[in-house]
Parts: sequence; structure tokens; C-alpha cells
Amino acid sequence: MVPELGHLALLLALVLSAALFVLPLLGAWRGNLPLMLAGRSLASGVFLLVLLAFACLWWAFVKDDFTVAYVANHSNSLMPVYYKISAIWGGHEGSLLLWILMLSGWTFAVVLFSRSLPVDMQARVLSVLGFVAVGFLSFILFTSNPFDRILPIAPQDGADLNPLLQDIGLILHPPVLYMGYVGFSVVFAFAIAALLTGRLDAAWSRWSRPWAIMAWAFLTVGIAIGSWWAYYELGWGGWWFWDPVENASFLPWLVGTALIHSLAVTEKRGLFKSWTILLAIFTFSLSLLGTFLVRSGVLTSVHAFANDPARGLFILLFLAVVVGLSLTLYAFRAPVVNHAQRFNLSSREALLLSNNILLVIIMVTVLLGTLFPLIADALKLGKYSVGPPFFNIVFIPFMALICLLVALAPTSRWKQTQGKIYRRALSLPFVASVLAAAIVPYLAGGYSWQIVVATFIAGWVAFATLGDCLGKMRHRDGWRRGLRQLSLSYYGMIIAHVGIAVMVIGVCYSSHYSDERMLRMNVGQTVEVAGLDFTLQELREVEGSNYRGDEAVILMHRGERELRTLLPQKRQYFASGQIMTEVAISPGLTRDIYIAMGEEIAADSWSMRIHYNAFVRWIWLGALMMAGGGVLAVIDKRYRKRRKQPTEVADVKA
Amino acid sequence: MSRLKLFLPLGILGLLLALFYVGLKLDPSAMPSVLVGKPVPDFRLSLVRDEQAYVNQDYFKDKVSLLNIWATWCYACRIEHPYFNKLADEGIHIVGVNYKDEREAAQKWLRDLHDPYVFSLYDQSGRLGLDLGVTGAPETYLVDKQGIIRYRHIGVVDTNVWESTLGPQYQALLTE
Repeated sequence: MVPELGHLALLLALVLSAALFVLPLLGAWRGNLPLMLAGRSLASGVFLLVLLAFACLWWAFVKDDFTVAYVANHSNSLMPVYYKISAIWGGHEGSLLLWILMLSGWTFAVVLFSRSLPVDMQARVLSVLGFVAVGFLSFILFTSNPFDRILPIAPQDGADLNPLLQDIGLILHPPVLYMGYVGFSVVFAFAIAALLTGRLDAAWSRWSRPWAIMAWAFLTVGIAIGSWWAYYELGWGGWWFWDPVENASFLPWLVGTALIHSLAVTEKRGLFKSWTILLAIFTFSLSLLGTFLVRSGVLTSVHAFANDPARGLFILLFLAVVVGLSLTLYAFRAPVVNHAQRFNLSSREALLLSNNILLVIIMVTVLLGTLFPLIADALKLGKYSVGPPFFNIVFIPFMALICLLVALAPTSRWKQTQGKIYRRALSLPFVASVLAAAIVPYLAGGYSWQIVVATFIAGWVAFATLGDCLGKMRHRDGWRRGLRQLSLSYYGMIIAHVGIAVMVIGVCYSSHYSDERMLRMNVGQTVEVAGLDFTLQELREVEGSNYRGDEAVILMHRGERELRTLLPQKRQYFASGQIMTEVAISPGLTRDIYIAMGEEIAADSWSMRIHYNAFVRWIWLGALMMAGGGVLAVIDKRYRKRRKQPTEVADVKA
Repeated sequence: MSRLKLFLPLGILGLLLALFYVGLKLDPSAMPSVLVGKPVPDFRLSLVRDEQAYVNQDYFKDKVSLLNIWATWCYACRIEHPYFNKLADEGIHIVGVNYKDEREAAQKWLRDLHDPYVFSLYDQSGRLGLDLGVTGAPETYLVDKQGIIRYRHIGVVDTNVWESTLGPQYQALLTE
């Protein structure tokens, strides 16, 4: 009964979403207050119904209801209960339901946190979100119902969740990533509402900004978790593969990053309005595009979902309608005012514009690289695959350019910045980063031009950013005053920008100083990798609730000094028979030691892969700092304070 | 003019949509083997039935062969096996490659299910499979009289596949 209840809840949610799309929009058009206000209760209703549907699927998983096809395909009675729960989003149907839950959740958040928005504006925003919800609810109901039953003969037990996905990384990665993906739908809705009314003012960008930054922060963390998961679970030792699905999440991130910067200019200076709107539409379109690429099977990927052309066609149609309509609206309604000459090349506007241009160039090249196999195939040019070398060649130089400019950001002024301000603020950081580039590689393990350049760039970004922060703290009434007078969003920017420097170090050092050795280890024997000794002490069998495996007990030591015992495993899962390598990792700030079991050579001898990964943690640390900076900017009180005011303005207008 | 520029994103979208629509009908995993038109890669492997007997790539000269990749762990191989028995009865020359398998299990399989192969190469390390670019078992290659791979079929061979693609090409190579 429970799965049918879930199905019913989804159907009702579809009906309410349709009403949410139509009624508030009608109300806003006719100036009918009750219809506009209906949006709030409809949005809450949709959220509760989707939550109910989600709870029903949850129940089916926890209770091992294998008459439900989705549960039978993605769960197993032997699986630990926390994986049964995360298995909900282990496949296409359930992850789509999670997506819809997030969408209705964000919509509900608009109801909760935008009470101060003009009523008609809120009505339009909710209506756009209702339209998106109609699309996704029809998608799940008509092509991918997670509540479909296998009747009359249900399997005795489930097929098990792919062992790769039985992991803490999968518990966290999709929900956080989807929060980001879907969060941009709110910014999109704001943009469409603004186009509909023609009110593209500073108020509009101030409303959008916290939503955009929040969604961006979630997306950042989501991508970082995905990369961390790939690092330790796939057992290849890499952390980014330029796989189409990874790119699908990276594209909205790139445009989203451009968007949050462009919104700053639109809010503070009233410039780039059309551009900002376009970025808001792009960011959400790329989220939709990602969904299409991942779920339609047009590209091959290590983690694409099961292909189904019907699903692909549906998303494609939806993409065409949503993006087509919004771009048409954009073409007719976007303001075409020429803003040239109102700022010069040294200004903060120019810096942010170049940030935008560079990010969009990177996005376009990543998009082309991702789509190229498809383009070549469609034009009958043959079968191609585009590998990491292409992406690295275009990505790294542009990113380096962005980093060089990031350092100027905090010092720069609106309209124009005098040369001497830059000179005064940046000479010391410049000298410091040259020194760092000369010295740090020596300490870290050797010179190469890439390392020297990377160290310089990271130092340049970090010193210039922190230097500005120190300079601004040096208040005439003392440090404390200085510290307090700076806003949270300023600190947010400082932390996020230093995060970039941290990430640059992580990316470059890990790719240059890392070492990997494949060797045979016998019980009792000691091998040396990267200055550390490893002794295979014992091989033993282990048993989990749904797998059996071999475990190696490896003592990591430096001479007599014992450092750590590492326990890599090779598991065979019962239900699928799949073999999984569970790597053992000794994490550290400057290096990870990473051991993966290879093949059994003899009874007391295995081949092992030992990686020495330098500075790899800095990659995710940097990402977390960026996201943390974003969160700080959102909780800055100026958003809360100012949001009170527009109510009155709206009343006048209504 | 500036208003017209704003239609540009819409135009790009139109192009992308057209591309995706075409893309939906294509199969990205349908990879033609890089080896089609090239000789069977060099190898020297023992036979499943006799670990003392070795065969190398020169065997494929002067005869048309089907090269079938199989393994006891491969469920689909069990499905296509009876059809290979039938083809062998019709006189088709089939060479097996026992891929990443155990010799004893493979011998038992051939005893139990009947052996349609002239012989099966014992490719325990999967090296020959790797050189052939095998994506998984079963796969079947068509090799001509010069020992050159002419066609690759991924998946199960059944009446349908044989009569529509493999069979006619096999016959054509015989007369070549």
C-alpha cells in the first residue's frame, strides 16, 4: 500500500504544481491578491506531498519491499540500513525523486525566506518554480516511476546496490550536489520574474544574490565530495577525470561562479544587467543539460545512469521548452542600454567583467570538449573521445590568468583604480610570492617550471588577498575596531579567494610530487616507497554483512618508528559477485599514503599498489574554503536588514 | 541591431537541441574495433585442453575463422554456446579464446556443454583480449585467409546475427 501512497502523493504534487504555475502568474497579471498569495500555500503543499512520496520510497527500502522494481534493483536485504537509505538515490528514478524533493524544498524556502519580497514578484518566482516542478514531476511519473511494482512474481531478494556506491561518499554526494544544481532554479526563477515585469533593478539582484551564492556553495561542496569519493573509492588514485558526468556538474559551477560575480556588479553599480540575466538562465540551463547528458545515454561515462531514449527525449523536450521560452523572453525583454565608458580598465567592474569572460570561455571549451564525441558522431566524422590532455591544455592557462587577476580584486575600486593604489598594495605580495616560488619548491621536493609557476600564482593570490585584509584591519582605532568594521561578506570573499590559492597548490603539487609503485609484497617482507617502510604483516579473511573479502595488514613505519597500520581490502559482494578494491589511506596535510590491493600471486603474496599523493587534501580544503566563504557572504546581515524595506515599495506599486 | 544580438543565445540553443536530437539516436558505445582491417595481434598461448601445446598468430593464415571470446564466468556465453555447437556441426571453423578463466573450469565447461571449437586458446592473463580491444565476453571476430580481422561482433551470436551479418560475410571471405 505504501508505494501506492507515494505514487498518489506524486500525482497530487503534479496537480498542485500545475496550479502553482498557473494561479499566481494569473494573479500577478490581473493584480488579484488572493491568487498571488495562493502561491505560498500551493508551494508548501507541493513540498509536503513530495516529502511524503520520498518517505514512502524510504519505507519501501528500509522494509525490503522487493515487489517495488526500483527497490529490487538497487537494494538487498543484507545491506546495512544506512546504505538502504542512501540507495534511494543510487539509481535514476530515486535520484530524480531526490532532485524533485530538493526543488520543492528550495521553492518552500522561497516561501519562508522571501516574505518581504513584493507580493507580485514572489508570485511570479513561485510560478516559474511551479513550471519547472511540473516538468520534472511529469518526467518521473510518465517515464521513471520509482514506485512501479514487479507483480505477480516479485524476486526473493534484491539485486544489491552497486558496491561502488555503498559508501559514505554516495550518502553525501548526490544530495549536496543536487542542492546546488536545483538551487540555481531559484535564481533562474528570479531572472524570469524580473524579465516578465521588466524590473531589473538593484533590488532584484540583491534578492537573487544570496540564493545564487548559497546554491553555488552547495554545488562547490557537492563537486568536492564527488571528487573525494572518486579518489578513495574508485581506487585509481586520481581525483578528477574530465568525465562527461563530472563535466556536467562543473559547467554550471563555472557559469555559477561568473554569475555570483556579475550579480555583485549589477547590485552595486547597476551594470551588466542583461548579461547577469543571461548567466542566470545559462546556469540553470546547464544544470538541465547535465541532467540530460547523464540520463539519456548520449555520451559514455563511468557513472551514467541506465540509458533510455524515451527519457532522453523527454528531458530534451523539457530543455527546449524551458530554455527556449526563457531565451525568447530574454531576447524580447532584456534591456539594451550601452554602458560603455562608465568604468575604465583599472576598475573593479573591468576585473569582474574579465573574470566573467574567462569563466565563460572555460565553460564553452569544457562544453565543446564534452560534446565533441557527440558532434563528431552526429556529423559522421567518426568516433572520438576527448581526454584529459585537451581539457588540461585549455583549462590551466585560463585558470592561471583568472588567478593572476583574483589577486587584484580586493584592492580594486569601482569606476577606476589609480595605479599607485595597486602598486602600493601589491608590491609586497609580489616580492613575497617570488620568494615563495624560489624557496618552497626546494622544501617540498624539487623544482620544475610548473611547480615554480604554481607556487608563484598561489602565493600571489594568497598574499595579495590576505595583505588587503590586514591593510583594512589596520584601523585608526586599533585592530579590534578594524576587525569588526569589515563585513562578513568581505571575509567571505577573502576566505574563498585564499581557497583558490590552496587549491592551486593542491592540484599542482599533487600532480607533480606524487609517486606510485606497483609491487609484490610477501608476508613478513618490508618494502620502501617514498622514504617510508611498509611491512605486510598478515593476510586475513574478512566478512561484512553483504560481502566477503581478503584484508592485508600493512604496517607503515620509518625504520623502527611505527606510524600506522593500514588495512586495504579486496571484497567480493554476494549478490552481484562484483569484486571491489577498498583502498586504505593514511591522510595527511602534506601527503596521503594510499594502498590498493592488486591480485593474489600466491597464498602469502599479493601485488600491491602504493601511492604517495602529495598535498592532495589541499584540493578539497580549497573547495571547502570557497564554499565556506560563500556561506559567510550569505549570512551577512545586510541581506536580512535590507530585505525588510522592499515590502513598502511593493505595496505602493501594487 | 543590439536587439538582434540578444537572439544569438536562442540560435545557439537551437543548434544544440538539433545536435542532441540526433545524438539520441546514436549509440556512443558502438565502437568499431580499431583492429578491423589489421592482422590478429601477435600471441603465443597454450590450449585449454593441453597446456603443453602452443599456438601463435600464424595459425590464422590460409583459412577463414571465427574467433570467439568466451569464459565460464560469462553468462551470455552459455546462452550462445548451443548455437556455436550448431555452427560447428555445419563445418564452420571456430577458434575459441578462453578469456581470464581457470583451465579446469574451462575444460569442464567444454566437456559438459560440448566443444564446438577447433581449439580454445587459454588466455588467462587476458593479454590477447587486451590486444584485441575486447570490451567483454562474448565477442566474435571474423578473420580472413591472410589472418586479417574483418569484422567484430559484440554480444551473443544467434540465428539472427549469423544470418544477417556474420554468416554472409563468412561465406564471402571463403570465396575471396
